[in-house]
Amino acid sequence: MSWRQGRGWRSSKLNRVVKKEKLNETVSRIVLDAPLIAKAAKAGQFVVVMPTENAERIPLTIADFDTAAGAISIIFQIVGATTRVLDSLKVGAEIAHLLGPLGTPSQVENFGTVAVIGGGVGIAEIYPLVKALKKAGNEVITIIGARCEDLLIYVSELRTHNSELKITTDDGTCGRKGFVSDELKDLIAGGKKFDRVIAVGPVPMMRACCDMTRPHGIKTIVSLNPLMLDATGMCGICRVTVNGETKLGCVDGPEFDGHQVDFEELTSRLKMYRDVEKRAYDHVCRLLEHG
Amino acid sequence: MTERPAAERIRDFEEAPLGYTVEQAIEEAKRCLLCKDAKCVAGCPVEVDIPGFLRFIAQGDFDAAVKKIKETNSLPAICGRVCPQEEQCELKCIIGIKGEPVGIGNLERFAADWERENQPSPASAKARPPLPEGEGKKVAVVGSGPAGLTCAGDLAQLGYQVTVFETLHVAGGVLTYGIPEFRLPKKIVDLEIDYVKSLGVDVRLDVLIGNTYTIEDLLKEFKAVFIGSGAGAPRFMGIPGENLDGVYSANEFLFRVNMMKAWKFPEYLTPVKLGKKAAVIGGGNVAMDAARVSLRLGADEVYIIYRRTEKEMPARREEIKRAEEEGIIFKYLTLPVRYHFGGHGWVGEVECLEMELGEPDATGRRRPMEIKNSNFKIQIDSAIVAIGNSPNPLVPLRTPLLRTEKWGGVIVTPEGLTSIPGVYAGGDIVRGAATVISAMGDGKKAARAIDAFLRG
Ligand SMILES: Cc1cc2nc3c(=O)[nH]c(=O)nc-3n(C[C@H](O)[C@H](O)[C@H](O)COP(=O)(O)OP(=O)(O)OC[C@H]3O[C@@H](n4cnc5c(N)ncnc54)[C@H](O)[C@@H]3O)c2cc1C
Ligand SMILES: Cc1cc2nc3c(=O)[nH]c(=O)nc-3n(C[C@H](O)[C@H](O)[C@H](O)COP(=O)(O)OP(=O)(O)OC[C@H]3O[C@@H](n4cnc5c(N)ncnc54)[C@H](O)[C@@H]3O)c2cc1C
Ligand code: SF4
Ligand code: SF4
Ligand code: FES
Repeated sequence: MSWRQGRGWRSSKLNRVVKKEKLNETVSRIVLDAPLIAKAAKAGQFVVVMPTENAERIPLTIADFDTAAGAISIIFQIVGATTRVLDSLKVGAEIAHLLGPLGTPSQVENFGTVAVIGGGVGIAEIYPLVKALKKAGNEVITIIGARCEDLLIYVSELRTHNSELKITTDDGTCGRKGFVSDELKDLIAGGKKFDRVIAVGPVPMMRACCDMTRPHGIKTIVSLNPLMLDATGMCGICRVTVNGETKLGCVDGPEFDGHQVDFEELTSRLKMYRDVEKRAYDHVCRLLEHG
Repeated sequence: MTERPAAERIRDFEEAPLGYTVEQAIEEAKRCLLCKDAKCVAGCPVEVDIPGFLRFIAQGDFDAAVKKIKETNSLPAICGRVCPQEEQCELKCIIGIKGEPVGIGNLERFAADWERENQPSPASAKARPPLPEGEGKKVAVVGSGPAGLTCAGDLAQLGYQVTVFETLHVAGGVLTYGIPEFRLPKKIVDLEIDYVKSLGVDVRLDVLIGNTYTIEDLLKEFKAVFIGSGAGAPRFMGIPGENLDGVYSANEFLFRVNMMKAWKFPEYLTPVKLGKKAAVIGGGNVAMDAARVSLRLGADEVYIIYRRTEKEMPARREEIKRAEEEGIIFKYLTLPVRYHFGGHGWVGEVECLEMELGEPDATGRRRPMEIKNSNFKIQIDSAIVAIGNSPNPLVPLRTPLLRTEKWGGVIVTPEGLTSIPGVYAGGDIVRGAATVISAMGDGKKAARAIDAFLRG
């Protein structure tokens, strides 16, 4: 076992940035030396990252993991203070705290034909899932979408794992002009039979996909992104209403049956701190810019 | 013991009681009759030799007093502050039958504080007894709360090699993320953790047992495991509007403030939003803490909403008294039934019902009953729900062989053994939300059982 080599136990000291790249203007990818997490990770799980001791504990999906190399990748959109700090780390830097893998893994089995839909930074998040579903023998049709071509990520990676990659952009700069849900709608209208749909991305996108599949009775799984704090089931900030019941996103999720999710409530809870978080963002920008 | 005035203390996070002076301590300790068959000891879940340490304080030998306490209690500065002494050691004190019992908790606090101020590196730590019998035997402890720390400290003193796994980024469990600074200063918690580490215990942060490693993984490397993973999922009442923005669980609220230091936002990047009027639902220590923290964060009006009367409140009397002094408004016999929008998805009002007390229920407390059509509303900017937590679900969820009660508590024998050989458990994960000292007592008992088990 890894800890016999004295390496595993020291995992929390080992969270070094081994690679970093900008995927586009606002999305970065970081590869971290994290052998324990790489060893235990499964598709659909996430980590909690605290880039510095004063940062927030933020949840990020494990976008890829390499057990042999002992590394995991995270791909994140710079939206606020903590992602901004994370983005400022250079190769060789240590992340103060890294915890994982968290959450319940995706259900992976041979469902038949599965549409896996990724929007925005969610495109990167579906990558391990696409790989796993393929391996389990599914026919996988991947639909990805972004506002414009510049914001599309992971296209070549997904293509190598998937012959049927459909692309949409809001402005038509790449692939079909429109939303991922439009593409899904046409596929269904064209007679394609799906046994399952999995949608990962911004809340409105996931919601639109669910609205699309509901009349057809296609089971639709969404990966929810509620605000989190401890991410181990202690605080309750991540609560979401599913089928009228309160569930914890971090332990019971992040994946849920999309037809049962109260998206209205999720949307509202996600913006709970928006006004104050702007202050934190301005604060770290000032610090980072003035050294 | 002298206390800082309420008006002063609500402006900061410093402690309210100031502690004994040397003279006060000696005088108080001299009141002890040094009973042969000391009843007070039976009231202490970790069996502190109370007359033993009180005798040393009375003689002015504080160093010996601390050493005496630490023979059975590795966290005296903490217990002296947060133990419900009035229900434990002090309740049983012989002098207490006729008058004021000896201030055992305050004296314990005094001794531990004296050590901290006069012997920066804990003296007792050097005296690690080398017990070759336990050498080489590795034990894993899940969780660094009082149960885990005590179990780890005791096992280390018996000569075991102990590794504590903690999922959070700071050790201490509720001592760190739950109980606020003004009741238990974090520098004290840190020192007590350092003391346990100085006994040779290795504390690994950022490891979630169940996910990073399973219990099964641990058993391949360690000869025994102690689970002290504490209370977890906060309970809610299940009333409409409870998921509105601005309705917190006490765990979330206190975690933001204590663990993430939200009161130093934006220097620390985790925010907390409270507003000027806050309602805290519940009547235990957690509710008192949440209410008093709210005041210190700048709320003008803080309500405690409790469905029974002051008599039934489970919080410690002295904390209720302090909360009252500080200006918390107590709404007794009041039951929240719904939260209303205030705009932008944020909570604006809590609607309540008036209650009256009926016949005693199974616990002997009079059952609160709703008074029909007595609804009224209180304007609030935020609500903090402090009605309890269920045991942390994660380890049981990921350990199918671990047997639990229907309500989530891990089932153990009187020695603390779970349904899996070599795996022990104690503290809130077994009892539901209980006390620091009972968690420590469980850790202690389990350490003894693990020692017996490993010696075969
Ligand atoms: C299980 C899970 C997996 C996630 N995986 C990824 C991932 O792989 N890549 C990635 O880029 N993001 C992911 N997220 C979202 C990510 O956690 C947030 O973007 C991050 O917490 C923002 O932190 P911040 O301090 O930089 O911004 P903040 O200052 O916290 O927020 C800035 C803005 O973003 C909004 N925001 C904050 N958190 C979220 C959220 N969870 N979802 C949507 N909007 C939010 C806020 O309302 C605010 O308007 C995931 C979230 C969850 C719960
Ligand atoms: C606000 C508040 C005030 C209180 N006031 C008092 C008081 O005045 N007096 C009193 O006696 N009691 C008080 N209590 C209760 C007391 O704190 C608890 O009973 C006690 O802390 C329980 O100890 P424990 O070791 O069982 O668990 P905890 O203190 O909860 O510690 C459990 C630890 O395990 C970690 N953990 C959980 N799951 C895992 C996992 N899977 N892997 C790794 N680590 C894990 C947690 O992060 C945590 O650090 C209070 C509680 C609260 C919340
Ligand atoms: S540990 Fe608690 S119960 Fe025991 S003597 Fe000290 S204060 Fe009393
Ligand atoms: S019962 Fe009271 S008087 Fe007797 S030893 Fe204990 S503290 Fe002292
Ligand atoms: S993030 Fe705290 S319970 Fe899920």
